[in-house]
Amino acid sequence: MSTTVYVPRDAAALSVGAEAVADAIRAEAAARGADIRLVRNGSRGMFWLEPLVEVVVGGRRLAYGPVAATDVAGLFEAGFLTGGTHALALGPTEEIAYLRHQERLTFARVGVIDPLDLADYEAQGGLAGLRRAAAMAAADIVAVVTESGLRGRGGAGFPAGIKWETVRKAEADRKYVCCNADEGDSGTFADRMLMEGDPFTLLEGMAIAGLASGATRGYVYIRSEYPHAIATLGRAIVLWREAGLLGDDVIGSGRAFDIDIRVGAGAYICGEESSMLESLEGKRGQVRAKPPIPAIAGLFGRPTVVNNVLTLATVPWILANGAEAYKAFGMGRSRGTQPFQLAGNVKRGGLVEKAFGVTIRDLIEGFGGGTASGQPFRAAQLGGPLGAYVDADMLDLAMDYETLAANQAMLGHGGITVFDDTVDMGRMARFAFEFCEIESCGKCTPCRVGAVRGRETVEKILAGIEIERNLAVVEDLCELMVDGSLCAMGGLTPMPVRSAIRLFPEDFHPDSHSDSHRDSGRAAGAAAAE
Amino acid sequence: MPDHGLGNEAPGEPAAALDVAAICRRHGDDPANLIEILHEVQRQTGHVPEALLPAIATALNLSRAEVHGVVSFYHDFRRAPAGRVVVKLCRAEACQSVGALALIDAICRERGVALGETSADGVTIEPVYCLGNCALGPAALVNDRLVGRLTPERLEAAVAEADGRGPGR
Repeated sequence: MSTTVYVPRDAAALSVGAEAVADAIRAEAAARGADIRLVRNGSRGMFWLEPLVEVVVGGRRLAYGPVAATDVAGLFEAGFLTGGTHALALGPTEEIAYLRHQERLTFARVGVIDPLDLADYEAQGGLAGLRRAAAMAAADIVAVVTESGLRGRGGAGFPAGIKWETVRKAEADRKYVCCNADEGDSGTFADRMLMEGDPFTLLEGMAIAGLASGATRGYVYIRSEYPHAIATLGRAIVLWREAGLLGDDVIGSGRAFDIDIRVGAGAYICGEESSMLESLEGKRGQVRAKPPIPAIAGLFGRPTVVNNVLTLATVPWILANGAEAYKAFGMGRSRGTQPFQLAGNVKRGGLVEKAFGVTIRDLIEGFGGGTASGQPFRAAQLGGPLGAYVDADMLDLAMDYETLAANQAMLGHGGITVFDDTVDMGRMARFAFEFCEIESCGKCTPCRVGAVRGRETVEKILAGIEIERNLAVVEDLCELMVDGSLCAMGGLTPMPVRSAIRLFPEDFHPDSHSDSHRDSGRAAGAAAAE
Repeated sequence: MPDHGLGNEAPGEPAAALDVAAICRRHGDDPANLIEILHEVQRQTGHVPEALLPAIATALNLSRAEVHGVVSFYHDFRRAPAGRVVVKLCRAEACQSVGALALIDAICRERGVALGETSADGVTIEPVYCLGNCALGPAALVNDRLVGRLTPERLEAAVAEADGRGPGR
């Protein structure tokens, strides 16, 4: 009987040599006459251990990592196909503390199954939610989602059920479900991991959204920077059509729903829902003024459910296990779990799905093990480039929508980017404006012009020119951008800027400290800006 | 690596040989598919030649200004051909936290180019803002291949592989 060996095909695993490891395992097995079945799974989300190779021994999965191609002969020599000991052996995968301490609902199958094996998907609980939904009235499906407390995981945190109900009640000749997979926030990769590691779950969530809202057509808008996710999800859609899970009669429900992929073209702003709709219509990705909201007049002017990948991918679990089971996780008005992403200068970076309420410290220190550099922690940015920085004194805050909002921060898409004490927060504030300058859609003046003036003014501060006066100008600009911008791009760029100034004032007063490495870094930054 | 058609490939056919009308027809002559059409043009020619825009506008019943507006809005669409290999270096926050900016400076200095330029040996170096590899930074995309824990040596190996100069793993 052949031995099953797992080597991830997730883009992050490939980025550190998983393909070469898979090739080496195939070659070594052939040379030794070992009978193996090589499965290319998604990533478990423990990126410091990638490429993570797993072997099934006695019905259990044993992990080895991080494996380089040059380690493969040694692994065979040590008898890893029968669980032999080796310096890279990590024991049973499920027993690794990083995984054992998580609550994986949305990510239950990611890294576990072959992402494109429908039988494997079903054996691990897939399709149970869609089957249940197909036997329910649309209003009842929406009621379950509303009752679960599921909120939009893209950043805005709007209750998914209320959005769905608006679309369900809207009268139109055609309705749409649009999945926002334009995951452009630095420090986030959960959408990508899910689309590469368990794409069927996203399709199932979209199909359920279609049945619930009366939409017959779905689009997944994926950024072009994600070629692997595009390829895997594209293949998954073909397999679902062949299996009768998409098309004129979704899983025997008598109702039609089909899904297509649209590839973005390198514009961060298209992660904003109305820009994404413009882009899906083939236009410049410029923000629309609201109202009307997309649930009333969205894609091609029709009622449209717009949800993030994680929101839609969580729906099958809720339908399969019930609203009560989902609601049992979390705290306050933040129900369920959030796939957090540990990124940047962190020792154990990866995907941590936990119930809301886990503290920032639990994530960065408990799961993440502190900084990768070993230098002291200085700051973390929560929720992507439009999110606030937090300092060491804020680490005991709970990660949930309300607690963070009350502390001038936000959850966003659940990304946490860690910085050690070499970070210059003056430069990070400057970069926040620069990023807004590069990616602003240009439609409204506060964002388009505010970003440029903001960057210029921060540069003056960093050069020591009229510091207090220019800090007041930056604060003024921030107030204007928050109040006057059409969307979150201009409206939230002040968040990282203000938090950096509030928490790290010393970095905006060049004379007040004599930290030479920061000063030399600043000179390089100023040079790069010219 | 499968061909995802994202326009990172080296230029293929000369623009004049491209049957734009046929490409638009395959996309139903539907203006909603303009971005898909531009991706396909770029996949085949390596860039989106200005000279082709009037034909696209005619096929989709759009004004030339509308087509131009879309081409110029999106960072992906090139107005001129890129080098044989396109390297996108991430300069977003997570990669910055592990030294990406200094690394990018060093790479540009080594190749004698600024970001956005093509070096003498045909390698285009561009900035990108997040590749979704934020726990294994600094990150780069070399054509369609993602490279993590980037160093000058790892980049050189990936470029050599993309350029057909040997295995770059």
